[in-house]
Amino acid sequence: MSAINREQVAHLAELAHIEMTEEELARVAGELDLIVSSVASVSQAAGPDVPATSHPLPLQNVFREDVVGETLTQEEALSNAPDSQDGKFRVPAILDGE
Amino acid sequence: MSERIVELSAADLAAKLASGDVSSVDAVNAHFEQIDATEGQAVDSADPHKGTDGLNAFLHRNREEALQVAQDVDQARANGEQLHELAGVPIAVKDLIVTKGQPTTAASRMLEGWMSPYDGTVTKKLRAAKMPILGKTNLDEFAMGSSTEHSAYGPTRNPWDLNRIPGGSGGGSAAAVSAFQAPLALGTDTGGSIRQPAAVTGTVGVKPTYGSVSRYGVIAMASSLDQVGPCSRTVLDSALLHEVVAGHDPQDSTSLNDPVGSFAAAARQGAEDGGLKGLRVGVVKQLTGDGFQTGVQQRFNEAVELLQSAGAEVVEVETPNFEYALGAYYLIMSSEVSSNLAKYDGVRFGLRVVPEGNPTIERVMGASRAAGFGDEVKRRIILGTYALSAGYYDAYYGSAQQVRTLVQRDFNAAFEKVDVLISPTAPTTAFKIGGVDESADPMQMYLNDIATIPTNLAGIPAISLPGGLAPEDGLPVGIQFMAPAREDARVYRAGAGLERLLNEKWGGPVWSSRGDVATTVRDFAAGAALGGK
Repeated sequence: MSAINREQVAHLAELAHIEMTEEELARVAGELDLIVSSVASVSQAAGPDVPATSHPLPLQNVFREDVVGETLTQEEALSNAPDSQDGKFRVPAILDGE
Repeated sequence: MSERIVELSAADLAAKLASGDVSSVDAVNAHFEQIDATEGQAVDSADPHKGTDGLNAFLHRNREEALQVAQDVDQARANGEQLHELAGVPIAVKDLIVTKGQPTTAASRMLEGWMSPYDGTVTKKLRAAKMPILGKTNLDEFAMGSSTEHSAYGPTRNPWDLNRIPGGSGGGSAAAVSAFQAPLALGTDTGGSIRQPAAVTGTVGVKPTYGSVSRYGVIAMASSLDQVGPCSRTVLDSALLHEVVAGHDPQDSTSLNDPVGSFAAAARQGAEDGGLKGLRVGVVKQLTGDGFQTGVQQRFNEAVELLQSAGAEVVEVETPNFEYALGAYYLIMSSEVSSNLAKYDGVRFGLRVVPEGNPTIERVMGASRAAGFGDEVKRRIILGTYALSAGYYDAYYGSAQQVRTLVQRDFNAAFEKVDVLISPTAPTTAFKIGGVDESADPMQMYLNDIATIPTNLAGIPAISLPGGLAPEDGLPVGIQFMAPAREDARVYRAGAGLERLLNEKWGGPVWSSRGDVATTVRDFAAGAALGGK
């Protein structure tokens, strides 16, 4: 695997919606490079015949009864909102230039 | 000489509450006195992010409500009502578990001031048992860390040495129990966050079988690994608390629909004469030797000898794929972290930072997450985003899931030969606060979890209990037992059996040789005020 560079981290930070300073991008690139090279052996551990495990215990198709349980009131749901108006979450512009 | 209330085990306190020797109000007050005497003062009264000059185990103290619950318990007892065995026994709750009426921060600036509009299932179970909740305990931000240094509200200090870490992520819960601030606490364990803090603070901690305790209302870190569990000073106490919080919950789709086991009965059985006779114990070869501190290895070897002398059959077992476990864990965990933490975007709750000008929501999200998350959280989100991104998914996330299968197979093969496995819980005793330079080598901190991670990958239960003090530094060493999935009772039987042997060997519990924590805190704060460390 090639070394992780600043541009890659900048792209990942954009995907993850985390603004990063130049200093952070450089630092995280170095750290990530160290971590990724330390865990690289993982990709050599198992042959193609080994199935993947995504969940430690096999549980399948878990559904609950289709009945209304406890729900939040509108007031409770909005109680931690950074901004709200008319019983709704209020957010800044979705698109550039309004 | 009367025994101090705060030094009683939860089981002994429960007996005194039932007999009327102690009231629940007295118990709650005694624990708050201890909290007040050991938490220290804010380093900077204007900035809560700098922590305190004491233990700093609590992020929130719930005095009023705890006393109200205690009063209700005392009244109900006076009326002759039938109560839960642990009714009136106070408990601390890791601040990753949501509690209505108290703040929940996950030790992050992102959730500063956030008040959960609902209770987690385990919180509801504590309330149903009428256990007064003393408050919310400190942790590494969003449970990411092995030292509690990543809390946005200052580090928690280890009651054995205030310059040292109490482990993590659940360092607050472990320190609180160790320092007699609470007889019981709840923690969460994704890669060792209950067990490693227990090891370095001389306490007991259990990671139950994955899915046996509800995760509803527990702030998610890595959903296929996270599990809630008990912290205490005795094995029996963890068993009693485990029984309170376990059970099927339709609100958690990963919850097992099994009857709750008799963990306390198993612990009592293990501590009886001959309780360990015939128990087949496997020493995990891959979790000994190189990388383990000399004193840790020494206390571990002595524990194994004690088990043998008590009639346990000890063999060595091989788990060759454990060498890949740490790497696989960091890929799986960070991948799930990057997904689970996407919801902190400043829209519906949590911190919102609006940059200058007329920013779009995307820029608001980027600025909010930049300001709300600490370095370790960002590092893991970026790593997870990388591991899940196109072109790397198969090599990293896919391979890590295959390793998970290999680790499970190693455990399955081992458990065909033995009933329980044993290892040291952590490779070293508590290290100094600031002693690991994570920017120089982030993997060094991650190595603390080398012995605890395999059980999370496999979903199996494990306990850590004190194995004595390392001779070279006088700090606690943890011993870990692991058992097959759904066989949590075995770790209680083995743990209580070894606990009894060790108490006989050392002439009492590990903390009986420690100085008074309140005095230590007072001296430490005075030293800090004089400009020393």
